[in-house]
Amino acid sequence: MDILKPADTPLLGIPAPVIALCVLVLAAIFFSYVMYKRIDLMRKAAPDPRFSNIPARVWRALLYGFGQWRQPRYLGAGILHILLFAGFMILSLRSLTLIGRGFSSTFHLPFLTGPIGFAYESLKDYTVLVVLIVCVIAILRRAIFHPSRYQHPGVPGHEYEAYVILGLVAALMVTDMVHDGSLFKLESVPGAYHWFPAAAFASLFMPSHDSSVLNALHVGGYWAHILVFFGLLNYLPISKHFHVITAIPNVYFSNLNRGAIKPVRYGVEDWMTLDQCGVSDLTSFTWKHILDFYSCADCGRCTDNCPANAVGRTLSPKMISVKARDYAYENYPIFGKAHSGGSENKKLVGDIITESEIWACTTCGACEAECPIFIEYIDKIVDMRRYLIDRGEIPQSLQKPLQQIKKKGNAYGAMKSKRAAWAKGLEDAEVRILSEGESCDLLFFVDSCGSFDPRIQEISKSFAKIMSRNNLDFAILGQDENDSGNEVRRLGEEGLFEQVSAKNIEAFKSRNFNEIVSFDPHALNAIRNDYPETFPVIHSSQLISRLLNRKTMSLNRDWVGDRVVTYHDPCYLGRHNGVYDEPRDVLKSIPGIKYKEMERSFSRSFCCSGGGLLLWYENEDEKERMGEVRVRMAAEVGAQVIVTACPFCLINLEDAIKTTGNEGKIEVIDLIELVDRSMS
Amino acid sequence: MNIIVCMKWIPDTSEADLTVAAGAKDIKKDDLDHDINDWDRFAVEEAVQIKEKVGGKVTVVCVAPEDSEETLRECLARGADEAFQVWSDEMEGGDGYCTASILAKFIKNRDFDLVLTGTLAEDDGAGQVGGMLAAMLDIPSSTLVSKIEIHDKKASFLRELEGGLYESVETDIPCLISVATGLNEPRFVSIRAVRKVASIDIPNMGIEELGMDAGQVGQAGARLVMEEVSLPPEGEGAEIIAGKPEESAARLAEILKEKGALG
Repeated sequence: MDILKPADTPLLGIPAPVIALCVLVLAAIFFSYVMYKRIDLMRKAAPDPRFSNIPARVWRALLYGFGQWRQPRYLGAGILHILLFAGFMILSLRSLTLIGRGFSSTFHLPFLTGPIGFAYESLKDYTVLVVLIVCVIAILRRAIFHPSRYQHPGVPGHEYEAYVILGLVAALMVTDMVHDGSLFKLESVPGAYHWFPAAAFASLFMPSHDSSVLNALHVGGYWAHILVFFGLLNYLPISKHFHVITAIPNVYFSNLNRGAIKPVRYGVEDWMTLDQCGVSDLTSFTWKHILDFYSCADCGRCTDNCPANAVGRTLSPKMISVKARDYAYENYPIFGKAHSGGSENKKLVGDIITESEIWACTTCGACEAECPIFIEYIDKIVDMRRYLIDRGEIPQSLQKPLQQIKKKGNAYGAMKSKRAAWAKGLEDAEVRILSEGESCDLLFFVDSCGSFDPRIQEISKSFAKIMSRNNLDFAILGQDENDSGNEVRRLGEEGLFEQVSAKNIEAFKSRNFNEIVSFDPHALNAIRNDYPETFPVIHSSQLISRLLNRKTMSLNRDWVGDRVVTYHDPCYLGRHNGVYDEPRDVLKSIPGIKYKEMERSFSRSFCCSGGGLLLWYENEDEKERMGEVRVRMAAEVGAQVIVTACPFCLINLEDAIKTTGNEGKIEVIDLIELVDRSMS
Repeated sequence: MNIIVCMKWIPDTSEADLTVAAGAKDIKKDDLDHDINDWDRFAVEEAVQIKEKVGGKVTVVCVAPEDSEETLRECLARGADEAFQVWSDEMEGGDGYCTASILAKFIKNRDFDLVLTGTLAEDDGAGQVGGMLAAMLDIPSSTLVSKIEIHDKKASFLRELEGGLYESVETDIPCLISVATGLNEPRFVSIRAVRKVASIDIPNMGIEELGMDAGQVGQAGARLVMEEVSLPPEGEGAEIIAGKPEESAARLAEILKEKGALG
């Protein structure tokens, strides 16, 4: 049978290559123009140095971009996505080949000839079938099960996008199958269905031996495929499916400084002299943050893991991206001039992204740990808070503690001179106050809660006792210690953070020590990741783990007994500083301990509602406390003891034990206190 | 609208162990941090908000030693246009009458429409200055004001009364209004906000600049004499009621009945 090739078949008398050229040129022009518009907004945005450390970036792009490493955190959806992504990768070569075949019927990519070419054709055909099946499953999954994380509360008109894109992808597969299926039938090579199952499947639906119909399907399928392909390509940058193009660059340029907060503005020596501090509109975000907005695929994994969202606060990380992207598309349109404020003259920060969303965040980092393509939220939230603080707009309940830190170096309003009062006259420990010029091995950074909160002073005492019993040469700063500033910075009061951190840095530099140790992960985080100068700093759990490994100390089961123990990962120890194993090692060194992991643990740990100054923050929207949710999670696995390694987790969880009626059933204890009570 | 706010600079005693100074005329203040009287914080905010609405100028004045400059600068950061620190060593030991006289001298030579003060100061709680100052300036005044509106040379405002009642009042301006706490949400003063106003001069004025003599201020000018400051005698200690919530609640009710607090 004669086979008509698309490139050799004129349409309406116009030679096919001419049409192919027109389609290609028009599609390329429109696509380039839209991309130019999108990049133009990024160019107008604030600077962001994301070009250093290329090996680490390439590795991230390979592992998390091409390797899709975070996708299986949601197993079902993750596998579907991996299959789709792999399909896109494989079929990209097919798309290039088909574009070429509009110009010449014998076109193929240089390396896809002979047996390799045949193998690829076969692989392509299997892939087409897989992608089509995945599209159908994905459409059904959305239509039947309506997973809540795909919703867009308050911002309607987005749900259809997923159907459009899945429909287009499916159409891409179907047109390919029509194109190849008709050829399959025309050629009718015996046994070829083993190699070309998609084409063979499609051919089943075609009339046999009518070559004119089959040729029409072959040529028609080709042009339909080409049109759908360029339609899809051009739909991407105007929809949420821009991520198909931007996701891998977004992973490549992702934040490598875990735990740290970005400076007010990169490349500015004295940010205090800037006209504006923080972020009020699109262009005061950095270009990378705009790329984040473009890249969000609305999958909702961030919001699904957001503790603030879980208890009914107004925050939804996903909706920050979605709303900012809508705002960007509206105010920086593809056609027409950029304007700001939109039709209703709304401000991005304040009207679109409201103050209650901005203050609801505990900076726990669950959203960022979950996002498959590393979209950042904490820096954006902090930047928006910086703007609000600069205008004096901050919840009243947070004003006083911030003022206290400014005047007294602690949020409790306690007198500086009493900072070391907890350490006086201890029975089992002698706590040395390190004066300027003096030396010690371990500098114990107590921070404000360990110094002034009566409950947390107990941890300070236990820690001092453990270090004394192990004959460690440790000391504290006493009056010269200031609040670490971790929450001060995260609440957006950068000036005050600079003030307290400078005082601590001065105190560190005027003394000699080998390491700083703190049982407060917030202090650890600030000193390790935020301070402009580098000091060796470890968490108390790491010190204990070290002591146990040296066999200078061992633990017994006297205090724990037969109770079921679980460990609550503090956000600032786990997610922000990667310390997951040492606290567990310490617990598991207790002989015969009944240890059980909560479902949400390690990087999926559920925030207790935040530490530092957030203890003073009162949210009016929440239906329950995050700590209460967390205690229920512990109860679900039958835990009788919740061990944590952060003073604020302890405070929040102890409160939650009482309010959930678990008093007497579940006990919360800090790892340090547990070690103190279990030392042999 | 030119508004003058009188601010008091007071010791922060909230977390301090108070001791009586030698001579028993005052508490020991050496170790204490000082800050703006919280009532006055609302007065400054109200003044700035009125200015933002109707225009004009906000002047803050404080009768206190040099160290109060930091607190005055925070008032500038809150949006005040100028700040004056009024002090001479002779002013030490004065009473509310002295402070009102000093403020009256300061205000009289200025163009003003409204004087705002807090109703009370957190440290001595005397609540004298506002009323006396208004009398000295011969202008109407009111206290415990919880909402202010300015229109056509009139000030109308709400006063909070016992039992949740509000009293609505109107007066001509100029007038003096002593505000209640909570009439607005005072803005936050960041380090940067203070830095922005670092170059504004905060003039210091003494008795000479005000045209007063030493006999009118300080102990010499005071009409009240501080006899003695003392700490309250230590009580017999508290009773901690142990037991289950329902048991301890019952016991508490019993005690309250015994002591006649419940009918």
